Amino acid sequence: MMRRLSASMTIGISGALALLSFASLAGCKHSAPANAGLKATAQGTALVESSGGHQVGVTGTALKDPLVVQVNDDHGTAVPGALVEFHGTAGVSFDPAAVLTDSSGQATTSVTLGAIAARYDLSAVTPGKVKPVSLEIVETALGYQERVGSILADKYCNRCHDPESSPERVSNYDNLEVKPHQFTEGNTLNKMSDADLTSIILHGGPALNRSALMPPYGNTLGAADVKALIAYTRAVSDPPYQPPGTVYARK
Amino acid sequence: MQPMRKYLSSAWQALFGDPVRAFGVVSLILLLALAIAPAKEHFSQWHSFQRKYLALIHDRGDAVSLRRRFVPGIHQIWLPELGVVDRCTTCHLGLNESSLSDVGQQPFRKHPVVPHPLDGFGCVICHGGQGQATTVAEAHHSERAGEDPILPTRYIESGCGQCHQNSLLGTPQLNLGRTLLARYGCVHCHAITRPDGSKVEATDHPPSLAHVADKSTREWIFSWLKDPQAYAASTTMPNYKLSDGDASDISAYLVSSSKPQAGDSAAPSAKPTVAADPSAGPSLYGESFCASCHAVQNSAGNLVGGDLGPELTRIGNKAKPEWLAAWLENPRIYDATTLMPQYRFTPQQITILVAFLQAKTDSDYGSGVHLDAASPQQIAHGRKLIVELGCAACHEINGVQKPENFAPELSTIGSKPLAQIVFLPGMEHTMSSYIVAKIHEPRVFGPSVKMPQFALTASQTDALTTALLALTNRSRTMPDNLRVAATPETNYQPAGHAGKLINELACFSCHRFNGRGGDMAPDLTWEGSSVQRQWLTDFLHNPNTLRPSLIRRMPRFNLSDSDNKELTDYILAVYQSPAIDADLAPLATSPPDVVEHGRQLFYSKYACQACHIVDTKTDKGYIGPTLTQVGSRLTPAWVYAWLKNPQALRPGTTEPNQNLSNDDARALTAFLMSQKGPGGRGAKQ
Repeated sequence: MMRRLSASMTIGISGALALLSFASLAGCKHSAPANAGLKATAQGTALVESSGGHQVGVTGTALKDPLVVQVNDDHGTAVPGALVEFHGTAGVSFDPAAVLTDSSGQATTSVTLGAIAARYDLSAVTPGKVKPVSLEIVETALGYQERVGSILADKYCNRCHDPESSPERVSNYDNLEVKPHQFTEGNTLNKMSDADLTSIILHGGPALNRSALMPPYGNTLGAADVKALIAYTRAVSDPPYQPPGTVYARK
Repeated sequence: MQPMRKYLSSAWQALFGDPVRAFGVVSLILLLALAIAPAKEHFSQWHSFQRKYLALIHDRGDAVSLRRRFVPGIHQIWLPELGVVDRCTTCHLGLNESSLSDVGQQPFRKHPVVPHPLDGFGCVICHGGQGQATTVAEAHHSERAGEDPILPTRYIESGCGQCHQNSLLGTPQLNLGRTLLARYGCVHCHAITRPDGSKVEATDHPPSLAHVADKSTREWIFSWLKDPQAYAASTTMPNYKLSDGDASDISAYLVSSSKPQAGDSAAPSAKPTVAADPSAGPSLYGESFCASCHAVQNSAGNLVGGDLGPELTRIGNKAKPEWLAAWLENPRIYDATTLMPQYRFTPQQITILVAFLQAKTDSDYGSGVHLDAASPQQIAHGRKLIVELGCAACHEINGVQKPENFAPELSTIGSKPLAQIVFLPGMEHTMSSYIVAKIHEPRVFGPSVKMPQFALTASQTDALTTALLALTNRSRTMPDNLRVAATPETNYQPAGHAGKLINELACFSCHRFNGRGGDMAPDLTWEGSSVQRQWLTDFLHNPNTLRPSLIRRMPRFNLSDSDNKELTDYILAVYQSPAIDADLAPLATSPPDVVEHGRQLFYSKYACQACHIVDTKTDKGYIGPTLTQVGSRLTPAWVYAWLKNPQALRPGTTEPNQNLSNDDARALTAFLMSQKGPGGRGAKQ
């Protein structure tokens, strides 16, 4: 009797748990009812990214610039009035999640990334004339450590490592005989181990037989600062950085 | 009734009629009763998460070590000093397991890297929620009286702000929020006391309105009150959403109560000769580096310029020319504590600048405003409104006292019980969403709310919310040694005639001395050890920029020779660093081989040309200051000390400490001191 009782209780509870988890999963698919009030007046056959992709934001906060995609037809002309839905992994939210393209064929949304520091693969989907067309968009959210790295990079590194100039900060990149690597240059930086990056930051370019134009920061930055800088470099690198897996003993 | 009794008695017979059967039934009941507690534990939510965790790590390569570190049962982090009893780690089992960094599934994710050990600080300090709870719903979402749901990630920096009253590198949002609390003048109405008892002081410097009629017309005041952002998009003055009648009455009171000040209405003494040279105005405006502090909207609608002073896009609409002339002559007569320097312009220059600024007029602005002369009733009504709206909390207004504690104190707003808050229908019941809504649109909370509408972006609102959420009871009750104090601004005041000059030239607006002043320009606390007399005298006469890439620059003040000498003497005598060893003066004249050695170190070993220019023909770096005449500018002792450890002389400076040997530092100093600039003595041939 006890057994049967406990068995039925288990079924009851696991059923309730399953229901709960199903309900929470259903809750995640927030974009489902968003296009309820939108009536598309046209369909396109292609989606292109206009702006707002490849941004680097902070976990849980809205990205600085809106995400803009454009719906085109076969001839590459913009299609106004087409429906575009935005999708992302759990935790990502769009405002609005579904929108009709404006007179220039563009759909604009503001993206808030999730609470986890990672690269987010988002997608924009438009119904299309024959079959749905989708476009993949990548955005990056920095966590605490990567964010500290980005702040330090702004203070100490980007004046030389970033060729982009702004009125507030003129880049020194063009003035250097040996050009520094941008932090997004995954093809070069992904090949360097954390130990290599640490030693070039701590001891300067000559530590790895590179240019002395890169000064040593070992007496200026702390160990945590260097780790943060490396974490930031890894987070923004393109192509993405694959950490070397942990090697375990055979079972 | 009868069948019921019959049924009960037969049931009694069936269960307890026979002593043996009765014993069996009683045993069974006892057994069931005893099983309740273990069953409850077995089917508890946390237990099922722990089983899931074991299943998750079962197939991993390091399952053995993970399992060894796994402790079954309820886990608890107990920190009595911080009021933390957190059982979150009962389910969040992988927080400290670095090998689980690839696991995306909650509650088993590894915690991202933060500067503190999790066991030493607990979870609710940053994340909110109910630490003691052992079910997901209660821990994450409970909103009963005195309980907080989990804090959205975007306000997470508020956790740091409970202990860290100072500004941190890793919390830009919190820092911005605290700056905004002071800059938008929130603390004029809402008092905020820090846990150490110091008050948050406003930095927005709202102008006194005691003589406002000298400066502006009633029509302008009316238009301004109706929509301050329409006049200057960047102003921090909020919109009170006044009706036309109310704005008219307030403007009537302000004008009628304003007392004229001598000099403000005097006609300019120099004859206007601007028509002769239309470029004189823009070039004087540029030369005086007005744009370092004042912004002007360009044709694309972007603000160009600094934000220390008010935006000047439509200054011609606002300021009367006579007042402007008096202000440019000596701003401290109208406003004794203004950040604006007294430039010592000649009457001719003032005429040119007034004409230039008066031309910055938007003919559409306020063109439809025609106010009739106000009756005494209207003026009295205006005064009543000023008292009700608390205008005098920010502005000095004749005949109205500054109200004390005009709005609720916010010193512990982050811990305000949710039960005391009236949420709007459909609003999420959390403190963060309440604060955001209140800042975003205060008047939706009812017609009696006096709080005006501030022009803030969504990210500014989030930053303010973060700073407010950091004001918790915990930050007050924790022991003092756990708190990191803010570095308060000192009230340093230089003495004597030089001190008077420093105030008149408003040096503190941009420079910092002994812990007081702005951060736009270099800290001058040790300037006396750093520079040579002749250079300083020349620089004060005509500041030439040291950093070609800077857009904010030191303006030229028309200092008299005696004032210049007074200031130079004072700086050289008072702003001396005890850490500088003045015995290194002989380095200024070193033998040529040492200088040559220094040159080689400069260009090859340390590659200083990456950031500095010594030879304008070959060097291009412009991160650091140009060094072409550093030998005539800096003292050898300072250069040596700087090379040895730049951060010790100016904390936070970008130049890295290269850990130079004494010999290398001496050689580099000798080389740099030989750079006397064009025409300087000792310049290398």
